[in-house]
Amino acid sequence: MKVSVTVNGSQVAAEVEDRTLLVHFLREQADLTATNVGCDTSSCGACTVLMDGQSVKSCTVLAAQADGREVVTVEGLATSSGEMHPVQRAFRAEHGLQCGFCTPGMVMATVSLLAVNASPTEEQVRSALEGNLCRCTGYHNIVRAVLAAARDGATASERRPG
Amino acid sequence: MIPAAFTYQRASSVDEALDLAAQGGEDAKFLAGGHSLLPLMKLRLAVPEILVDIGRLGELSYIRDDGSHIAVGALTSHDEVATSGLLASELPLLAHAAGQVGDPQVRHRGTIGGSLAHADPASDLPAVILALDATLVARGPSGSREIGAGVFFRGLFETELQPGELLTEIRIPKPQAAGWSFQKFTKRAIDWAIVGVAVQGDSVALVNMGQTPVRASAVERALASGAAPREAAAQAAQDTSPPEDLNAGRGYREHLARVLVGRALEESRSRA
Repeated sequence: MKVSVTVNGSQVAAEVEDRTLLVHFLREQADLTATNVGCDTSSCGACTVLMDGQSVKSCTVLAAQADGREVVTVEGLATSSGEMHPVQRAFRAEHGLQCGFCTPGMVMATVSLLAVNASPTEEQVRSALEGNLCRCTGYHNIVRAVLAAARDGATASERRPG
Repeated sequence: MIPAAFTYQRASSVDEALDLAAQGGEDAKFLAGGHSLLPLMKLRLAVPEILVDIGRLGELSYIRDDGSHIAVGALTSHDEVATSGLLASELPLLAHAAGQVGDPQVRHRGTIGGSLAHADPASDLPAVILALDATLVARGPSGSREIGAGVFFRGLFETELQPGELLTEIRIPKPQAAGWSFQKFTKRAIDWAIVGVAVQGDSVALVNMGQTPVRASAVERALASGAAPREAAAQAAQDTSPPEDLNAGRGYREHLARVLVGRALEESRSRA
């Protein structure tokens, strides 16, 4: 079937099998490979992207379900001149990553959280990241990074796709 | 992992969804948020040939005060249920439990109707609507019918819904008794409950203590005859048939049921 998705502000259209998952559409059709396939069973959250502004696990969404919708991947957060999103800056400043595999999903889950709760408590941050696993177990710095991003005011209004 | 090949059809109204399902017969399944169905399809535990996507039917997504009861559209997401101001004041048990389903990403996509129609006894919401004495509304080719929560769940992943019938609404009476509690025990936050319990007033329902969600009838009888919470909770495992799996054997689940029911009854009374 023909699927057309607005990815990071640009239209991406392709003829795909009906069973194509959004994560594969993003990696193979949109050529955006930052979104990782981790567990493939909707547990780990490495494939988290925003669909119409909300975090979703793109390994458990059909490309057909995203047809006509807006998707933002981690590649869509920085400005076109390369200036990083405040959440990305905070992850770097607080060393919120070790191997980096879970990072795109962690960052997108954070952007989704801060869009609805601009100044979460540490407990709220931990609970909002329940669906994202870090196999390096680097959770403390990740939580620190989210709290730092919140302090810097990384709210929805600063989200800059495209 | 990708699902086996299927044909995707998108419905733009409930009537069209019913037509598409009728044409597909037993090979067709409805797709709402897909957070129960797609994982099963990846594992080839479900292999439908046709998916009828009802995910865009705005007419099935609402939370409405109908006087004596609250009506929740089947396509309302867990996140919408969890953050609804109306539910927070009228049915806090449902709102709270929906906020405990899976994780934020799952709650953005998963729907109340999908969870109930899937009928996994380890899921949170089936036990919650059982404790709340809800009525489920289904539409099929020959019209609409109402099914009580007490008879809706027939077995493991099996409900009263007939092929081609679509769950459209959940009607929940406003509780007479205010106290409520929802408790579940998991190893990781995102896991299904090893055992869970939903309490509203003196109604008690259990998660993952049988092939379906079950009412803890012995506990309810004990409460009705004046037993204290801990005393009544000692009956929590009576007449249950909990599964044995990697997480827990029967005896451990029975123990958890007694402990969690005790905690839930005490918390519920503290809120009454």
